[in-house]
Amino acid sequence: MTVFIIRRLMQSAFVLLIMSLLVFVGVFAIGNPVDILIAADADQAERDRAIAALGLDLPLWEQYLVFLKNAAHGDLGKSFVFNQPALQLIVDRMPATLELAFSAMVIAILLGLPLGMYAGFQPHSRTARAIMAGSILGFSLPTFWVGLMMIMVFAVQLGWLPSTGRGATATVLGIKTSLATWDGLAHVLLPAINLALFKLSLVIRLSRAGMRENMLMDYVKFARAKGLSMRRVIFVHVLKNILIPIVTVLGLELGSVIAFSVVTESVFAWPGMGKLIIDSINRLDRPIIVAYLLITVTMFIVINLVVDVLYSVLDPRVRLAEAKA
Amino acid sequence: MTQAVPTLAVDDLKTVFETRAGAVKAVDGVSFTVTAGRVLGLVGESGSGKTVTGFSIMGLVDPPGRIASGHILFKGRDLVGLSEQEMRRLRGARIAMIFQDPMMTLNPVLRIETQMVETLQAHISIGQREAHERAREALGMVGIPSPEERLKAYPHQFSGGMRQRVAIAIALLHRPDLIIADEPTTALDVTIQGQILYEMQRVCRQIGTALIWITHDLSVVASLADEICVMYAGKIVEQGSVDMVLDRPAHPYTKGLIGSVPSRNRKGVPLAQIPGMTPSLLNLPTGCSFRLRCTRADAACVAPPEMTTLEAGRRVRCFHPVHEAAA
Repeated sequence: MTVFIIRRLMQSAFVLLIMSLLVFVGVFAIGNPVDILIAADADQAERDRAIAALGLDLPLWEQYLVFLKNAAHGDLGKSFVFNQPALQLIVDRMPATLELAFSAMVIAILLGLPLGMYAGFQPHSRTARAIMAGSILGFSLPTFWVGLMMIMVFAVQLGWLPSTGRGATATVLGIKTSLATWDGLAHVLLPAINLALFKLSLVIRLSRAGMRENMLMDYVKFARAKGLSMRRVIFVHVLKNILIPIVTVLGLELGSVIAFSVVTESVFAWPGMGKLIIDSINRLDRPIIVAYLLITVTMFIVINLVVDVLYSVLDPRVRLAEAKA
Repeated sequence: MTQAVPTLAVDDLKTVFETRAGAVKAVDGVSFTVTAGRVLGLVGESGSGKTVTGFSIMGLVDPPGRIASGHILFKGRDLVGLSEQEMRRLRGARIAMIFQDPMMTLNPVLRIETQMVETLQAHISIGQREAHERAREALGMVGIPSPEERLKAYPHQFSGGMRQRVAIAIALLHRPDLIIADEPTTALDVTIQGQILYEMQRVCRQIGTALIWITHDLSVVASLADEICVMYAGKIVEQGSVDMVLDRPAHPYTKGLIGSVPSRNRKGVPLAQIPGMTPSLLNLPTGCSFRLRCTRADAACVAPPEMTTLEAGRRVRCFHPVHEAAA
């Protein structure tokens, strides 16, 4: 196991290096931030000074090397706009995004698993059909539209829940979170449901498929032949088997929920990383874009690693394969 | 003795599957009895209804299948019409079942111990430690070496034969009155097959369990069973003691089955085959369902043949039973 993790970490460092190069070149190709950042009536001398100050006068490869050298010391550059370290800006906004993503995942699992399992257990019942129809809607309705509708119904017309912002936060274990206050929870509910909708449909589909497939397996018949109750067969024997693919997919999805909650954050004006990256792209704030993408890649790498470890906990056959490697 | 009430008496059992193309009679009027300590071989090709018969006894026929009529008297008590809860109490405790593929029957993600202890706890209130003891004893009983360590293992760490032993150990945990073994040796290689057969025979004699052995392999039945029922297309076509049926088959189908087993005595002679294939249960010929493949069929066979008694304890469903001894 330890060898496995060390090897994965070394691979990860390599992936990060390649990724940083791609991102750096890619962002360079998008456009010149100087045109946006410097007032149009500035004279040539001012322009040159600004360009030199931002380090944009060097050739691309030299800029990249400077970036790498600083990155090795944990400095991913300063935001052109805020004139603050890019890393700091992103990390400041991370808790907001993480708590949103976390809430969305919890909703998706807590609702999706039972709904999907029921739909797989009674596939021909009317309820199961309704659940599946609902999951198609969850897949196909665009997130921003659902978000707007939710604001309109629950915030504007019914007035039950606030529509924007993060609400009151409290500090738990050194992290500022709105999940610790009632006002914060009320604020997080709508965007979390909005973000969860797609994952929820995914979990429903996966658990339904797993349920249908596994219920036909011999081990289910044998478990029933042993005289086990249907409850034990489903919630111990079958559940542990269908969790394997669900954990894999959800692990990957968790990364994308965190990285691409952009739409939901924009609709609900949620002060998270997604909103920051959209603003930064509009202003061609290169250091933030680069730092954000690298953090995203790191996040995916970490999540994948956790999923692999979790996978081997769920499926004893995986554990053995690694022991041999 | 308890000879008066057989362990299991199946009477005119009919199990049908409702499909879009119509009702399929997978088991069509099957009757037999098994007494304690005896072994009944249920023989037939794939799709002859032998497995469905087993599942019907266990109450494990899932929709769209259902038991349409008949009685399954287990120690005098009719299992047909019992509630799921009552059936669950019998399953695994008084009636156990072993399946064909040991790779598939054990749950791959649960430890052997979990799978054994839960079987105990499903029927009796027993503490974890005591259940652990009983599980270890059961593994030892079916010849698994170092059972204490093996309890901690997962199914994939066992070979096929060892897995089947585990399945047998699970079936034996409550010392059931009846075990239904559905081709438990088919997926194993021959030496392991022999060992498993021997173990089953030994253990069943030891605890006086009645055994129904479902198989398509006549050689297994010959060495194991006391009595034999040959099934074809959902019906029993021949019934009797093993020696009588195998030495002097009366039904042309039984004769065909025996003829298609390779034998040393007939080296060089081409194997006899039964022409054609098992008919679809949706589309059975009128009268005798074997008549289109039968060399002895004539006009009389268009009417359905009844079970007729040839001699004591020996019945056959045929208008033209074979009389000569098998080759």
